[in-house]
Amino acid sequence: MSRRLFLPLVAVAAILFAVAPVFIAWAPYESTMGLVQKIFYFHVPSWIVMFLSAFVCGVASVVFLFKGRAQADRVAVAAAELVVVFGFIGLMTGPLWARKAWGVWWQWDARLTMALVMWMIFIAYLLLREYGGPGSEKLAAGVALFGMANVPFVYWSVNVWRTIHPTTTVVPTLVPGMRSAFWWCAVAFLLLYTAVLMARVRLETQRGELDRLYRELDD
Amino acid sequence: MRRFVRVAWLIMRKDLTVEARSRELLFTTLFFAMSIVLVFAFGFVRDGRPVENAAAGILWIAIAFAGTLALGRTFERERYHDVLHALLLAPVDRPAIYVGKLLGILALLATVEAIVVPLIALMFQAPLFRHPVLAVALLALGTTGFAAVGTLFAAMLVRARSRDVLLPVLLYPITIPVIIAGVRGTAALLQPDADLAMARMWIGMLGFFDVVFLTLSLWTFEPVMTE
Repeated sequence: MSRRLFLPLVAVAAILFAVAPVFIAWAPYESTMGLVQKIFYFHVPSWIVMFLSAFVCGVASVVFLFKGRAQADRVAVAAAELVVVFGFIGLMTGPLWARKAWGVWWQWDARLTMALVMWMIFIAYLLLREYGGPGSEKLAAGVALFGMANVPFVYWSVNVWRTIHPTTTVVPTLVPGMRSAFWWCAVAFLLLYTAVLMARVRLETQRGELDRLYRELDD
Repeated sequence: MRRFVRVAWLIMRKDLTVEARSRELLFTTLFFAMSIVLVFAFGFVRDGRPVENAAAGILWIAIAFAGTLALGRTFERERYHDVLHALLLAPVDRPAIYVGKLLGILALLATVEAIVVPLIALMFQAPLFRHPVLAVALLALGTTGFAAVGTLFAAMLVRARSRDVLLPVLLYPITIPVIIAGVRGTAALLQPDADLAMARMWIGMLGFFDVVFLTLSLWTFEPVMTE
């Protein structure tokens, strides 16, 4: 079922990405920042997808930890890798925008710090899986659970610590031209995310199957 | 419930007895914390005077670094002769083992802090004892939050490879809220006119963090420690 869905999904995502520059070019210029504001159309969707992926990883880890389903662990590792990938896109596009808008590459602002902390938690998760040796899936699942529970605390504490980044109320107040371009890109990112996640879970499943066959051969 | 408390108490007593005989952890952790203070003094003292808010930052970095060292070492001990395995095989509640280990670590860190905190107050001219109740509350809740997550992670990493590197790698990003709350709360107390409302707010946040993460640790200790 997921295999039949995969190709159409990739095709639709590819079309959306191909047309996205047209929408972004059509969208009106932001009055103070001008051209550089257009980074927004890729920057915000990549963060949305990153937080979605972190949530997917957390939920899959809880299921794996308490039910022991191997499939849940495969989803968790695939989602964790995508957190790092989409977080990297956000962390690259953010400073480019910040350099023009604020005059510096990085600000120790609440949202930036929060995103960096989240990104680092998931890098730690992958490091544990890579170098933790046998049995580290379970430990990594514990880390993902703690990482997910940590989100409100990090959010709250860095918010009190300092804030200069635009708030989350920006998206609903966009002018119509900007709004359609933004949602176009957001859907493109979501479809891309779903397609890559499916491919990655499938790879992990096949790897597990291969391991099982090797073990059977040994026995 | 009485059995739970008794098991936790026995495990803590075991750890403290081992420690009282060798004093290895106490002395090394204490000296390590003092070395950190020394190293930071070179970065944060200009013209003989510490820069603003340096003491709060140095204090919490010393606690976090020394705490990681102590956590790694206490569980390294359990690896010898497979003691942790034996503990897990014992017919007792697993969360009680966690609580016992946590109490042992907290006793050790409290001893280290009892020496390092006055030392920092002295060397950086920080009025840490102007509001003793709030300062102790910040230290106690912050250390508990750090150790609650740290004990679980150190325990589960006992079976992992490269555990020495992985413990700080996992622990610091997760305990960021504790570090922010500790540093900002302490800095609020150390200002020329202390911002007590701010300090109380951070203490409240630390208390909430402790409750959530202690609950989560008790809940996940059993599944993550099962092979």
